[in-house]
Amino acid sequence: MRLYSTRLVIAAASAAAGVAIVAGCGGGPTNAEAAPAPGPVMPGMASIPEAPVATNVVSIENFAYSPAIATIKAGTTVTWTNRDQDPHTVTAMSGPFHSPVLNTGQSFRHTFTAPGRFDYLCTIHPFMTATVVVTT
Amino acid sequence: MSDSDSSTGMSRRQLLRHTAWFGAAVVLTVTGGEVISHIGGTPAPAVAAQDLRALRFVQISDSHLGFHGPANTDVTGSFSHAINQVNGLGFRPDFVMHTGDLTHLSTAAQFDQVSQMLRGLRTGAVFTVPGEHDSVDDHGQKYRARFGAGTRGEGWYSFDVKGVHVIALVNTLTLEKLGHLGADQLDFIRKDVAGLSSDTPIVVFSHIPLFAMYPTWGWGTDDAAQALSYLGKFASVTCLNGHVHQLFTKTEGNVTFYSATTTAYPLPHPGVGPGPIPVTLPAGQLGAALGIRDVSYQPGQHALAIRNLRLTDRGPA
Repeated sequence: MRLYSTRLVIAAASAAAGVAIVAGCGGGPTNAEAAPAPGPVMPGMASIPEAPVATNVVSIENFAYSPAIATIKAGTTVTWTNRDQDPHTVTAMSGPFHSPVLNTGQSFRHTFTAPGRFDYLCTIHPFMTATVVVTT
Repeated sequence: MSDSDSSTGMSRRQLLRHTAWFGAAVVLTVTGGEVISHIGGTPAPAVAAQDLRALRFVQISDSHLGFHGPANTDVTGSFSHAINQVNGLGFRPDFVMHTGDLTHLSTAAQFDQVSQMLRGLRTGAVFTVPGEHDSVDDHGQKYRARFGAGTRGEGWYSFDVKGVHVIALVNTLTLEKLGHLGADQLDFIRKDVAGLSSDTPIVVFSHIPLFAMYPTWGWGTDDAAQALSYLGKFASVTCLNGHVHQLFTKTEGNVTFYSATTTAYPLPHPGVGPGPIPVTLPAGQLGAALGIRDVSYQPGQHALAIRNLRLTDRGPA
């Protein structure tokens, strides 16, 4: 036997829509920087693929690597710099490079000697992913 | 976990028989600054302090000792305040569970500090599950060296207390976009609950939510559905998580999920802004975003009561 109140149904619907229902009760944080709510954002919605950028400088900011796809020639050294309050890493999914934890302002460098496509992520926030494409 | 072999009457398979347990509606009410959610159509039961059958425990989460930033310039002070608040609840909880991100960067010094501070809790036992910040770069080795005694696999475990079966899961160790339990842990869950009667209340702890709170930011667990399928026969399953630094609740069938707030700093609501970036609140508002949670269960009351308490009486440092 399971009893559902009307309020539960409303709460569940709100939850499904990704709305923090508890916040209205005063328990949740308010986001001081929150702009008016953006359009509906569906959890899991695929982001638009970013165009490759020819650069050897990658910024880590707002929980994202920028550019998301960096293209370089073999033999180039890429520098990543963390500009977030939170720590991040630069960790190749297939193993060839692995930064230590980068605190705010810290950088990591890696020289790519062979051509190929190198996907990497932040091991602390693994939803952060990006790619270096190395050409001959 | 630590101090878990205490004389609190807690033991594996200590299954107190009780009358029927009904999963039911979650109702949120606000009383004097507390957000109280309780199951069932009746007010949250007042668990009599003298009722030794009643289970009372506390959840604290996401202390991030070692964090330095404008969102909270004194996470140690905030955590200390949370511990004092637990000790001032007016009852001695059967246990306190910290649902991960004890530390910010998994350093030895940060683990030293959090271990020392947790010893200040006046409770029957202290349990933990790791957050991803507790396993930076070492797949949780330093975490398990401190808190892994008596656990299985890579740090998961279960126990029974006062008729409730408690399962503590680890979903922060693999390099997946989302939280991940893995085949070994799923097998552990399946076998762990196989012999339990379906009216046994189940409480599941994990760091990352076991429901899809916001997968774009990694706020979900990719193989949680498999785990929950093993719990489908139980009338009541309560999943308590951290990670998202904000209160949230959702019911799916027999399972109710409760995300806890943090003792450190708030994060944005799902999808607000470019990422889960620490939120710096206006002066004087931080304490209201932080807090602790206490949970009580009284056999025969048919209800699990959850109170979320804010750290309101302490302003930001």
